[in-house]
Amino acid sequence: MQEAMIKRAKELLADGTVDRVIGWKKGEFVYDHTPAVFTSAQDIEENFVCDELTSANLSKYLVKETVREGKVLAFLKPCDTYSFNQLVKEHRIDREKVYVIGIPGGPKLDIEKIKAKGITGILSVKNENYTLKIDTLYGASEMPFYEAVSEKCANCKSKKHVVYDELIGEDGDVLDSGRFETVEKLENMTAQERYDFWRSELSKCIRCNACRNVCPACTCEKCVFDNPSSGVENKAAADSFEENMFHIIRAFHVAGRCTDCGECSRVCPQNIPLHLLNRKFIKDINELYGTYQAGENTTDKAPLNDYKMDDCEANVVHERGVE
Amino acid sequence: MQRIGVFVCHCGTNIAATVDVKAVAEALSHEPGVVISQDYQYMCSESGQNLIKDAIKEHSLTGVVVCSCSPRMHENTFRKAAAAAGLNPYLVEIANIREQCSWIHKDIATATEKAVILGRAAVAKVHLNAPLTAGESPVVKRALVIGGGIAGIQTALDIAEAGFDVDIVEKEPTIGGKMAQIDKTFPTLDCAACILTPKMVECSQNERIHIHSFSEITDVKGFVGNFTVTIKKKARFVDETKCTGCGLCTEKCPMKKVPNEFNMGLDNRTAVYIPFAQAVPKVATIDPNYCLMLKTGKCGVCSKVCSVGAIDYKQTDKLVEEKYGAIVVATGFNPIKIDKYEEFAYSQSPDVVTSLELERLMNAAGPNGGTLLRPSDKTHPHTIVFVQCVGSRCDDEKGKPYCSKICCMYTAKHAMLIREKYPDTDVYVFYIDVRTPGKNFDEFYRRAVEQYGVHYIKGMVGKVTPRSDGKLEVQASDLLANEQLHIDADMVVLAAAIEPDKSARPLATMLTTQMDTNDFFTEAHPKLRPVESATAGIFLSGACQGPKDIPETVAQASAAAAKAIGLLCKNSITCNPCVAHSDELMCNGCSSCEKVCPYGAITYIDKEFRMPDRTTRIRRVASVNPAVCQGCGACTVACPSGAMDLNGFSNSQIMAEVDAICK
Repeated sequence: MQEAMIKRAKELLADGTVDRVIGWKKGEFVYDHTPAVFTSAQDIEENFVCDELTSANLSKYLVKETVREGKVLAFLKPCDTYSFNQLVKEHRIDREKVYVIGIPGGPKLDIEKIKAKGITGILSVKNENYTLKIDTLYGASEMPFYEAVSEKCANCKSKKHVVYDELIGEDGDVLDSGRFETVEKLENMTAQERYDFWRSELSKCIRCNACRNVCPACTCEKCVFDNPSSGVENKAAADSFEENMFHIIRAFHVAGRCTDCGECSRVCPQNIPLHLLNRKFIKDINELYGTYQAGENTTDKAPLNDYKMDDCEANVVHERGVE
Repeated sequence: MQRIGVFVCHCGTNIAATVDVKAVAEALSHEPGVVISQDYQYMCSESGQNLIKDAIKEHSLTGVVVCSCSPRMHENTFRKAAAAAGLNPYLVEIANIREQCSWIHKDIATATEKAVILGRAAVAKVHLNAPLTAGESPVVKRALVIGGGIAGIQTALDIAEAGFDVDIVEKEPTIGGKMAQIDKTFPTLDCAACILTPKMVECSQNERIHIHSFSEITDVKGFVGNFTVTIKKKARFVDETKCTGCGLCTEKCPMKKVPNEFNMGLDNRTAVYIPFAQAVPKVATIDPNYCLMLKTGKCGVCSKVCSVGAIDYKQTDKLVEEKYGAIVVATGFNPIKIDKYEEFAYSQSPDVVTSLELERLMNAAGPNGGTLLRPSDKTHPHTIVFVQCVGSRCDDEKGKPYCSKICCMYTAKHAMLIREKYPDTDVYVFYIDVRTPGKNFDEFYRRAVEQYGVHYIKGMVGKVTPRSDGKLEVQASDLLANEQLHIDADMVVLAAAIEPDKSARPLATMLTTQMDTNDFFTEAHPKLRPVESATAGIFLSGACQGPKDIPETVAQASAAAAKAIGLLCKNSITCNPCVAHSDELMCNGCSSCEKVCPYGAITYIDKEFRMPDRTTRIRRVASVNPAVCQGCGACTVACPSGAMDLNGFSNSQIMAEVDAICK
């Protein structure tokens, strides 16, 4: 897979189809793959990587990349193509300036799940017949592959690329995932239990802004949290603002636009299950206005930005909120 | 430094009886920036306004807060007063301490506390008010009337008479509405068709009136003075411009078993039809649900006999876009469906009919040529029972809570006409109350009782049972005599409640007008603005606003016309300066605002910006057309980055109010 991608990237660079390539490059540690822009075949040859640990969604980086001159090649996993479409729909990405190669998605691994097994000093991770062979400073170790699969891949919603110029590997289908099961559990809690759950989760927040910075729906020219006149500006965790408001405001801001790519939870250093807030909105939208998947295409009207005659009345929304 | 004046109105005892106005004025005098705080008995009176004007001059006020009634009532009054004293009118804020406070609270302490809080919020807001200047927008000198019944016809004729073009959009193939189906009209018993059809003809002949028959409204955009309306002209498969209405096609059409709507399904028509002889426009229409040619592709008789070649089986629905300055809604009413009232055996016996069906049975142009015969065996009925209030004044879900208003009078009319024409017929009327206020109305009812010997019985019919001998056994109670009655009737006539036409609700949504729980359009003020909707430029005519008889409908139709003419006479109207604007530096160009804007006021432009690193960048940003924006604020809540804001209701002003309330 990685070889095929590198080969194609070099070809497209060489024939002038694209000027830059966006992918992942090796980091300090084996699991430290970061999104990167490559401009030369040599750079690609040396640093380009794509394996079970290249989880990052590259779509958001195209917002900045397409402002620049020239065309960029982007390798997008199925889930990333939804984010890509949503950004095209919001006029944040210039579709003309991107050459999209669809690549197969996960399952990707969550390094935290491996570390949670007490495995440290990781030097390499290899998947052999769904057993992870992990080489560490302290000797070899192994664990079942599926125990290390990331949350977002475990509840994968789609293996289908909703947009691409060409594919490497095969296209898949939209899956019938169980991604709303945890949301249902939360819904079935009493208000107090739910409040306690979120208090205990959100109070862990250190306000590093990683969730916002990685979120493909958060591309505002000026974020309300950085804008002194917005009334909610707050750059550091000075009080209990994060616990009470930050994540809720953010969930509202991305409601109806969130494609459920799961990046927020993936990058959270405190392991707060932030994606559950967004999934609750998605589930509500599906139930109140009919099934809607943000980013499925660039033409559908978003339910929250659209009025239809058969939309449910406001009191239905209100009644659902009453305990 | 702000210098704010606070003026607390007593509104006689309307406010002062439940709110300690002096305490409110005293409490607000300590708010930041407030330099004068006064109370007065009637702030809207001339001396009250002078109080404000004098204070503006004397204290060099930079902002005014009036604690009084709803801004819908007197905001304009106080804005004008401020402007007269040299203060920008948009530096006036109203704290509604009447509708939202004194009228809904009983306890003086609570109401006073709330009034202070509302006043404090207004003071907090006025601190952030900016002076605004209103622009002007032109008025399209053309009116749209939706519905071609007597209400729509009268409105259109009056508007055309004043010299303005007016379009009637009617969903049926002909104008005329319910009145065309009625036989005689109360209280004068003149023939409905004789007084209606000349008006229909007048509509078709008036060169200022354009009739879109068999058409519906599918979209309304714009605002007062400048509406853009999409009209769907439904395919009638006949070229209106060619058809002469000769009727040959209707004679030759082999499909003759189509229930005739105009006669309430009491007889049949052909698949190609003209609803009735006096139809306007007198043009045939092909019913695609029954036409053999359209259904099976085999027939084409009408096309062969039509000498002018008007038949066009390939016709499709057509969308027409027109611009209007004013819109009059005249969508009318329908009798409710009474199938749910099983006790009256309507679905079981053809001899149980509704009053509108009886109109057709008695009409000279009806299925029996004007002779009243039982629908079942075409014999002359000798005993007829009328049941009033079927579905009206009803507290369960089957019916309507309101009085349908017209039933008492038309039932008296029916009873009288039957007794006049067939004196050997016994007529019983079962009623809850007889409600006949109106000029010559009660006299009319009394004539039915006293002169024509109609048996009026206070009580309700409990059950109607069709018997095998063809009679209808009516079980009823006579409340005054306190006895049970059994009447063997030949016919039973049900005075079904009336309800607004089903097309009204989706139309109200398109027009952004309000409706009550019964789907009647709500007038801007029940007493003082009865023919205007709360949405500027939309007027109400006839039964779409509430149950009405013909005289009332015509009166309201002319009143609505007068209001529309008043608007069309103006060359331009003052715009609302409280419009949205976009902070281009924050705008993402995401199109959220454009998608929610009901007025199409937002467009996008590519604009060059200088970036902090001295490069330039072209960005897509939203641009609001202030002449089109109506200040609804939908864009400000849809904007994910907070770039959209509304003049006069900015996010910071609203947050300041909330903060003041929560303080």
